[in-house]
Amino acid sequence: MTKKQIELCAEDISAVEKPANRARLVKAPEHFISQELIADINSNGLDETRRGFLRKGFLSAIGGAAAGLASPMAFAAGEGDPAILEKQEWQTTLGKNVATMPYGVPSIYEANLIRRESPGLTRVSAASVAFTPLQGLFGTITPNGLHFERHHQGWYNLNPETHRLMVNGMVKNARVFTMNDLMRLPSVSRTHFIECGANTGLEWGNVAVPTVQYTHGMLSCCEFTGVPLKVLLEECGADLKKGKFLLAEGGDGSGMTRTINLESCLEDTIVAWSMNGEMLRPENGFPLRLVVPGVQGVSWVKWLRRLEVGDMPWNAKDEAVHYIELMPDGMHRQYASIQECKSVITTPSGGQQLLDKGFYNVSGMAWSGRGKIRRVDVSFDGGNNWRQARLETPVLTKSITRFNIDWVWDGSPAILQSRAVDDTGYIQPSIKVLRDLRGNRSIYHNNAIQSWKLDSNGEVSNVQVG
Amino acid sequence: MYKLDKLFARVTVAGLAALSIQFAYAQNTQGSVKFPGIGRNATPAEVMAWDIDVRPDFKGLPKGSGSVEQGQVIWEAKCASCHGVFGESNEIFTPIAGGTTTDDIKTGRVASLADRKQPQRTTLMKVPTVSTLWDYIYRAMPWNAPRSLTPDDTYALVAFILSLGEIVPDDFVLSDANIADVQKKMPNRNGMTRNHGFWSVNGKPDVNGSSCMTNCVKFVQIGSTLPDFARNAHGNIAEQNRLYGPYRGSDSTKPPIDKLPGSSGEGLAHAADTHAATTKGPAALFKNENCSACHAPNAKLVGPSIADIASKYKGQSGAQEKLMAKVKNGGSGVWGAIPMPPQAQLSDEDRATLVRWVLTGQ
Repeated sequence: MTKKQIELCAEDISAVEKPANRARLVKAPEHFISQELIADINSNGLDETRRGFLRKGFLSAIGGAAAGLASPMAFAAGEGDPAILEKQEWQTTLGKNVATMPYGVPSIYEANLIRRESPGLTRVSAASVAFTPLQGLFGTITPNGLHFERHHQGWYNLNPETHRLMVNGMVKNARVFTMNDLMRLPSVSRTHFIECGANTGLEWGNVAVPTVQYTHGMLSCCEFTGVPLKVLLEECGADLKKGKFLLAEGGDGSGMTRTINLESCLEDTIVAWSMNGEMLRPENGFPLRLVVPGVQGVSWVKWLRRLEVGDMPWNAKDEAVHYIELMPDGMHRQYASIQECKSVITTPSGGQQLLDKGFYNVSGMAWSGRGKIRRVDVSFDGGNNWRQARLETPVLTKSITRFNIDWVWDGSPAILQSRAVDDTGYIQPSIKVLRDLRGNRSIYHNNAIQSWKLDSNGEVSNVQVG
Repeated sequence: MYKLDKLFARVTVAGLAALSIQFAYAQNTQGSVKFPGIGRNATPAEVMAWDIDVRPDFKGLPKGSGSVEQGQVIWEAKCASCHGVFGESNEIFTPIAGGTTTDDIKTGRVASLADRKQPQRTTLMKVPTVSTLWDYIYRAMPWNAPRSLTPDDTYALVAFILSLGEIVPDDFVLSDANIADVQKKMPNRNGMTRNHGFWSVNGKPDVNGSSCMTNCVKFVQIGSTLPDFARNAHGNIAEQNRLYGPYRGSDSTKPPIDKLPGSSGEGLAHAADTHAATTKGPAALFKNENCSACHAPNAKLVGPSIADIASKYKGQSGAQEKLMAKVKNGGSGVWGAIPMPPQAQLSDEDRATLVRWVLTGQ
């Protein structure tokens, strides 16, 4: 198959202007005086008001030129880059004191990378989702302020002094722990991804949202610190032979409850208070949440206040009405928990704009709820041919792995895809394979290969192939 | 010899462990085994106060009863504003009743889930167990006042919901004595399966991808794209990306550009143009102080819309003061039965700003 056969909403590549001279000269500003002002001066002569208008026009023209010149490639040959030749404000004046920002905030130039709600997704913000801006992140760790949010009845700043954790049910002793108690216990710190079961769920039927923030942004990855669940249960004398299930309950208005399958989650579940070295943020469950690696985010109960050991699943509201998947035969899949192997290219991704042809580092994230990422392949022609990407270390279990691949873009349209494989041998499927089996009325567990279409004008958009 | 050594070591360790357990028990009457001084036993009253969950076998269900008729009264006062008088709302939350038939009650499978004739899946089409309804209503409803219902209120509300689905007759009284029998009539009680690979980490996946590396497909066909009219549906994407670096955001307020911008990004926004992307002012205050949990600009949610409030008070003298007092102290009865809780956390200044904004849009 030749490139020409690939149907890419064919654009005429020859129409794309080839940059003849890379060292461009920014043209002198013209027409910065309006035709009206010229006519006005011609008929009425120059007075102070009109001089003022002129002065303003000159100043903005000069300002505009200076801003243009600040671009690295835009200076006359033989001179040099003003960013190098001219002294900058930060080299010639005194900067701010230490601890001017005692807890620190990102640069003002990073103000665009924030959590966002998808307009129209929910009617009330207290039971809604705010997505992580994956399009601007690097590496594998999600900054705490950008960790995605999903609440069922709004969030509170819980007072850690009065917060209690109760362990009851099939235990020798029902016990109560304060935060002081819990934080005295031996703790572990482990890096894991958390993904909402509904991540990418908007796209089961068709392309619905423009950017990776909305397609995949119910995904975050942090280092969590806390006491292993097993230690706590053993401390209370839990009957782990008959007690195969755990009810985790939140301290919020929804009293969020989830059944945890102890058989598969006992070993690596953490009762956690810290995220990336600081205490959990209120939006993410301060002061205590459950961390259930590999399992959909709804089970990572926030504001955790109670753990009950039992011998059957609880069939809580979010296990019987939501977080169930409708199959074509009308059956619902219940307790689908594991987030299966998945990946997505984040740069470039939907809604982004490439500046020029040439070399690009194409990068993205891969993860699996069953273990480690073994490899990631990337296609630039809509899945016809694939190349193996580089995996960044560390490659951790049930954690995000960053992948990179070199690419020289020749300016022609392309479709970018990534396909992850985990250490169980599971290969990330296409959306077609998923729909053929599960239909298109599911909401949860869409781990399909994502396609981004790159047009010859450099714009990237969200598409589905097949 | 080696094996014997190992055995001896094991026996010793086990013996020591047993000793230390006894020692710990002796030291700590609160029951801690390994971590003396950490935690304490819960009192029966404490367990009773928190252990409110109700399982499908009705373990945890408190005694009590409630009729459909009582349920309807509570429903109309506390539930209908979000869920509709007949549980039909799809405005704020998904519909509760509808889509089930008397045949479904016999089979335990909701037929419309397979035939696609229902436009939306209602709660009664999905939920297989009555315990789920009881548990959730008691623990988390109403939306703006969770844990304010008594067990009898809850029985009555569950009875009313079941009557909407014609699972129980209109004169039914639901109680802890008959709830298990009612559960046997749930229309979708046989509609759930755990026969899939991802309840357990060792489960078998239902699908798998292809490992093909070259010439994998005959024809690459794009099956779905965003329509042109949705280009700016999520706001300006340029303002959701870095304004520097190789990957910028497309200006979605405008049609796609004709050609590549070039390596300097000529014509695109630059870092110097960055503005704070977060909204400020009364609209942000309205959201951050949780007013938006109950009030929307133009539609009735739990409470009246901003537009309705503004038009009701239009031209009234002292409207600003009147509403400010209402925000501070709460109120009820003006817009229906659901009370507006007092918002004592607001400063006078914020209260004034919010009320002015609601009344004038300024």
